[in-house]
Amino acid sequence: MNPYITNTPQEVEQMLGDIGVKNIDALFADIKPEHRPRSFDLPKGLSEYEVMRRVTALSLKNNVHAVPFIGGGYYDHYIPTAVPSLTSRGEFYTAYTPYQPECAQGTLQALFEFQSSMCALTGMEVSNASLYDGGTALYEAMMMAIRITGRHKVVMDGGVSPIYRKILKTYTHHLSYQFKETPVVHGQSSREEIVRLLDKDTAVIILQNPNFFGAIDDLTDIIAKAHSVGALAIVSVYPISLGLLKTPADMGADIVTGEGQSLGLPLNFGGPYLGFMCTGKKYIRKMPGRIVGETVDSKGRRCFVNTLQAREQHIRREKATSNICTNVSLCAIQAAIFMAMIGKNGLKEMARLNLDKAEYTKQVLSKIKGVVVKRSAPTFNEFTVHLPKDASEVVAAMISKGFAAGFPLGRYYPGMERYLLVAVTEKRTKEEIDRYAKALQEVLG
Amino acid sequence: MELIFERSIAGRRGFDFGPSDVPTHANIPPNYARQEDAPLPEVSELDVVRHYTRLSQKNFSIDTHFYPLGSCTMKYNPKFTEALARLAGFTDLHPLLAQLSGGEQWAQGALQILYELEQWMCEMTGFSDFTMQPLAGAHGELTGIMLMAAYHKSKGNSKKKYVIIPDSAHGTNPASAAVAGYETISIPSNKDGGMDLEALKAAVNEETAGLMMTVPSTYGVFEGNISEIAKIIHAVDGIMYYDGANLNAVLGRCRPGDVGFDVMHINTHKTFTTPHGGGGPGAGPVGVNQKLAKFLPVSRVVKRSDGMYVLDYDHKESIGYIASFYGNFGLLVRAYAYMLMLGKEGLIDTTSHAVLNANYIMKKLEPYYKICFDRICMHESVFSASKQAERGVHAIDIAKFLIDQQIHPPTVYFPISVPEAIMIEPTETESKQTMDHFIAKMIEADDLSKTSPAVFEGFPKTMPVSRPDEVKAARDVKTSFFGAAPTHAA
Repeated sequence: MNPYITNTPQEVEQMLGDIGVKNIDALFADIKPEHRPRSFDLPKGLSEYEVMRRVTALSLKNNVHAVPFIGGGYYDHYIPTAVPSLTSRGEFYTAYTPYQPECAQGTLQALFEFQSSMCALTGMEVSNASLYDGGTALYEAMMMAIRITGRHKVVMDGGVSPIYRKILKTYTHHLSYQFKETPVVHGQSSREEIVRLLDKDTAVIILQNPNFFGAIDDLTDIIAKAHSVGALAIVSVYPISLGLLKTPADMGADIVTGEGQSLGLPLNFGGPYLGFMCTGKKYIRKMPGRIVGETVDSKGRRCFVNTLQAREQHIRREKATSNICTNVSLCAIQAAIFMAMIGKNGLKEMARLNLDKAEYTKQVLSKIKGVVVKRSAPTFNEFTVHLPKDASEVVAAMISKGFAAGFPLGRYYPGMERYLLVAVTEKRTKEEIDRYAKALQEVLG
Repeated sequence: MELIFERSIAGRRGFDFGPSDVPTHANIPPNYARQEDAPLPEVSELDVVRHYTRLSQKNFSIDTHFYPLGSCTMKYNPKFTEALARLAGFTDLHPLLAQLSGGEQWAQGALQILYELEQWMCEMTGFSDFTMQPLAGAHGELTGIMLMAAYHKSKGNSKKKYVIIPDSAHGTNPASAAVAGYETISIPSNKDGGMDLEALKAAVNEETAGLMMTVPSTYGVFEGNISEIAKIIHAVDGIMYYDGANLNAVLGRCRPGDVGFDVMHINTHKTFTTPHGGGGPGAGPVGVNQKLAKFLPVSRVVKRSDGMYVLDYDHKESIGYIASFYGNFGLLVRAYAYMLMLGKEGLIDTTSHAVLNANYIMKKLEPYYKICFDRICMHESVFSASKQAERGVHAIDIAKFLIDQQIHPPTVYFPISVPEAIMIEPTETESKQTMDHFIAKMIEADDLSKTSPAVFEGFPKTMPVSRPDEVKAARDVKTSFFGAAPTHAA
């Protein structure tokens, strides 16, 4: 059964007659008997109602009711209703890549607005129209820096998301790049180690702000040091934090990437998300991914097109800046709408709420016996706490009390089994935070 | 139309977070703090709703227009899959929850979907294992080529240098191979649209890492010599890569895993009708046979003997993480729901009618446009507007004419090996009436090319925009409302 096929049996007969074959099987004559499937044992089809019932039942097997204090780069932010309501329009989500600009101005202008808002946020001159996710965007940025400098050594700060670092290693382990990781000291980047590693072979230093532990930093001095040896600096950022934090552009960053999930996209068990990349105008021709540019049409009217396509795989094939083809246009449009909805003041207020609620949480947690809130560096909306026992066990116990209590750092940092990474967004109420602290106190007994 | 930034009025707002219920913390230390507010638009919710609604109306889309875009498979995206993907039990699920100790129990529904999808995709393609992680087709290609590299490395074979790719391939094929560190060799096609076997034999040697092939090819032609090709590649221990871009043409008719391929990717937007979103997000699951299974990315979803679905990271030879999490889950839910509804027979019907419709259009247009390969086609057919071009009307002109007829143009100038290419893929979801209308308009374009070729210069006439100056866009680069210095504009 396939209700989406519209041909009636009479029409099928008529079409077969026009083609000049007896039946549909005759159209597959090019597939020789020895190339036919050995098996094709799939379930029988179901009605729409049955599928709705089954898949809805599966959705209910997931626990989305534990109050989230878990982040790690992916956050439970509020998404204004108008945002998904607009991207649910079929004209946006059932459109194709804008290869024919005359019938894709909606997508193209929305992506141009996305690029503009990303420039506003990061302070950078140019943005592309998105990449897959924060981790793969960082990989693309690293490759871009290697192309620009022609050097092969990468210095990576230990505060960069361990998930991102694993991705970077996967993509480069068979290539001849030299990776050097620097430790995090008192929550922040180790200036001493970084300076020691920077040399004339260094292509790029990769930093993250706030770092994976939630600590914020002013990276200006490190970036200047990198520039002094001719290396570039990439900073991976958390967009919402830029409502309050110094922009990567003001710190001197050459390439800025990040995970855009916080800009109006749901958590969705890991995707689709939104990788973004911004840089300076001088590097735009080295940037991967689609870029929308403004131009005029044959009558002089302003319009938008995919531009600088000579960088891309469909033109350059093996010489392209990246193999990326499809990006995440709809997610970028959703982020553009989100940024327009909350606007200039809303972003600042949202960031402020995140900061204040995280600080309030620190206060109430530090009153619990045995819990030590790490205060060596200032933070934005996420911070680490030291617990008197294994954080994984605590988190498991907290779930049964209705809280996703945080992310145990031992998962990625051996030796940090008693550390918990706690995130607090604008959605958490004082009442939830107080209950969370009370539950934690009970669990720690 | 004005930009959202041009509607901005200082002090206007679209959203109110409400009063804070916690004390205000001291400011961020000045050296860590932003100097000037980010100049985002200042607009009301109604401004936002009207602006983006009007923008959406400037698009063609499947919901509004016929989209016979060859190679892109623009079929109808059922609404129920959309509704299911938006259930809170999926959208609100944090990916790290499943990585907590014992945390998989909180994501059993999601993990079951990933697990069953893998089982079904294996059965559908004849492979032993699948990963759902790749975030798009091209990402799947790159993953597949890295698996190829891992295989050669595990055998200590450092001679492997080249990946062979037919000239009809998508640009992503050579780009993916190059990104993974291989050089590429292009093989020409023969006059029937198949691979030139002699050229292939001449190109293959001990340095051949593998071959990437789209079956049916982007010419819409099913390669009859697959078994011979696989023998040639396997004889030098090369890996056969199946680009699943056109898997929708062979469901239930041929399985790549049965005919000599070792690895493949699936574009879920093509075969399983997940929406294109104006250029993503996509999903590009990768399947492999036993030869490559141990190299697949982690995590893998496995079903324990007690029926629990868990994440398994314990694979020493795995290439590692290729994406942050488990794939573009939201798209995979849509693909899952679609497969569940169609089932075996429905999927086979999909292929049957996609091929029927493609052949119908090919037959009807053959008298007017030069057909590239005079044979039955699969899900798409490739014409050349070479006859029309002699009259001064090029493929792009025909494309712009169709836009005025409220039809999205077919793919033009691809495959690049065909001059003036026009590539048509109607898909199984379009009706005979829609196709007949399109055929009539294509014939009208051919007539016009004879009677008044000059009129094409003015097409499209009915759209708010006509023939953008792409040279200017690339020369006077403007990619942001702010020009070069965002923080000092607004």
